[in-house]
Amino acid sequence: MIRVVLPAHLRTLAQINGEVELEVEGAVTQRSVLDALEARYPMLRGTIRDQVTKQRRPFVRFFACEQDLSHESPDTPLPPEVVTAKEPFLVVGAVAGGR
Amino acid sequence: MSKVRVLVGTRKGAFILTSDGKREHWQVSGPHFAGWEIYHFKGCPTNPDRLFVSQSSGWFGQLIQRSDDGGATWNPVGNQFVYDGVPGTHQWYDGTAHPWEFKRVWHLEPTLTDPDTVYAGVEDAALFVTQDGGQTWSELSGLRCHGSGAAWAPGAGGMCLHTILLNPNDPQRIIIAISAAGAFRTDDGGKTWRPINRGLKSDFIPDPDAEVGHCVHHIAMHPSRPDVLFMQKHWDVMRSDDGGESWREVSGNLPTDFGFVIDVHAHEPETIYVVPIKSDSEHFPPDGALRVYRSRTGGNEWEPLTKGLPQSNCYVNVLRDAMAVDSLDSCGVYFGTTGGQVYASADAGDSWTPIVRDLPPVLSVEVQTLA
Repeated sequence: MIRVVLPAHLRTLAQINGEVELEVEGAVTQRSVLDALEARYPMLRGTIRDQVTKQRRPFVRFFACEQDLSHESPDTPLPPEVVTAKEPFLVVGAVAGGR
Repeated sequence: MSKVRVLVGTRKGAFILTSDGKREHWQVSGPHFAGWEIYHFKGCPTNPDRLFVSQSSGWFGQLIQRSDDGGATWNPVGNQFVYDGVPGTHQWYDGTAHPWEFKRVWHLEPTLTDPDTVYAGVEDAALFVTQDGGQTWSELSGLRCHGSGAAWAPGAGGMCLHTILLNPNDPQRIIIAISAAGAFRTDDGGKTWRPINRGLKSDFIPDPDAEVGHCVHHIAMHPSRPDVLFMQKHWDVMRSDDGGESWREVSGNLPTDFGFVIDVHAHEPETIYVVPIKSDSEHFPPDGALRVYRSRTGGNEWEPLTKGLPQSNCYVNVLRDAMAVDSLDSCGVYFGTTGGQVYASADAGDSWTPIVRDLPPVLSVEVQTLA
């Protein structure tokens, strides 16, 4: 089981309270976690990564275990603490001011 | 008794304002989709309880929401807008080639005959259509690829397709407008397109009467006379009597002919409304006085409408999709400001009252007249 924390706007969109718990088959990577997340919550497609290229949206970042994983390959295995659900995988909206 | 529903898109959510036909007392619902930019919010003519919302965010991209119960509940529908083929480039602000990139949906136009068929005007400029109620969207790429696309350039707000006019007499004819490319028309349901900008003159482009490159801000049409078009251009208020084949200026005695909105009275096709804005570098009303101008002669002769509107220290803007009319008798006129006010007139503009004063900046206003 993988724990995922989403930003408030995406929790509202997907009607999620608190963390998401996902079963991920095979290697636990950014790609496999996001695939599982979007399969369960199709309304999140396009909000975290591009629907065609699967690239991370520019103002979205990925953190785990106090590390910035935003620029890791989507196929790099996530840290063991995420795989064992000791730590969550964090989807974070970039701090970018506002208007 | 008749009822009016005003659909308001703002920088921080959508609002629904409802009243009976007297239009004196209003209920306010919202914010829906709080915190998201709502560029447009419109209902279907054939099913007024079906509403579509363009919801977007710099962080999380574009969503389309649909309600089938007048806004009580919502469901996200398809949000995949993929250009047809290799999109190529358009001009950037400095004239260099810039790749076409989807940013957001500016305008949703449900068709006059089918609640499942809706057009979407997007940035970077292109026209999309859904025929399954918003689940899937495909580009009508004959517009972007008709030949002049590489010469289109963005206006200050981005290179947006913001106006979609459907012809009630001829479903094959659609007129659209792009900032800053101009107006375009199809006569075959969107397969082929051509520019319709003859008569426009824009001194801020290298060739002032070029075929494309004009910063058209909005076009309005009365459904009883779809060949008569009224345009608020970057500067100049224009009129066409031949479906856009040619345009002539009707700015007349306006204090300034810069502005964004333009609309037509529901029952008087020669009565039109604009909100003059001081200039392209000062996006607020002249003299700090918010005045709607009405022409009862299809342009050229204009009268200021001020009753109920602030006449001092007012420095808001009224954006291109933020004016609409209802079809009651007498005609109601509505507009929203970047200061968060939505003003209503139940007497065709003679007097105004704010329905709400303190919304986030208003991006769009549409009105539904319900039986």
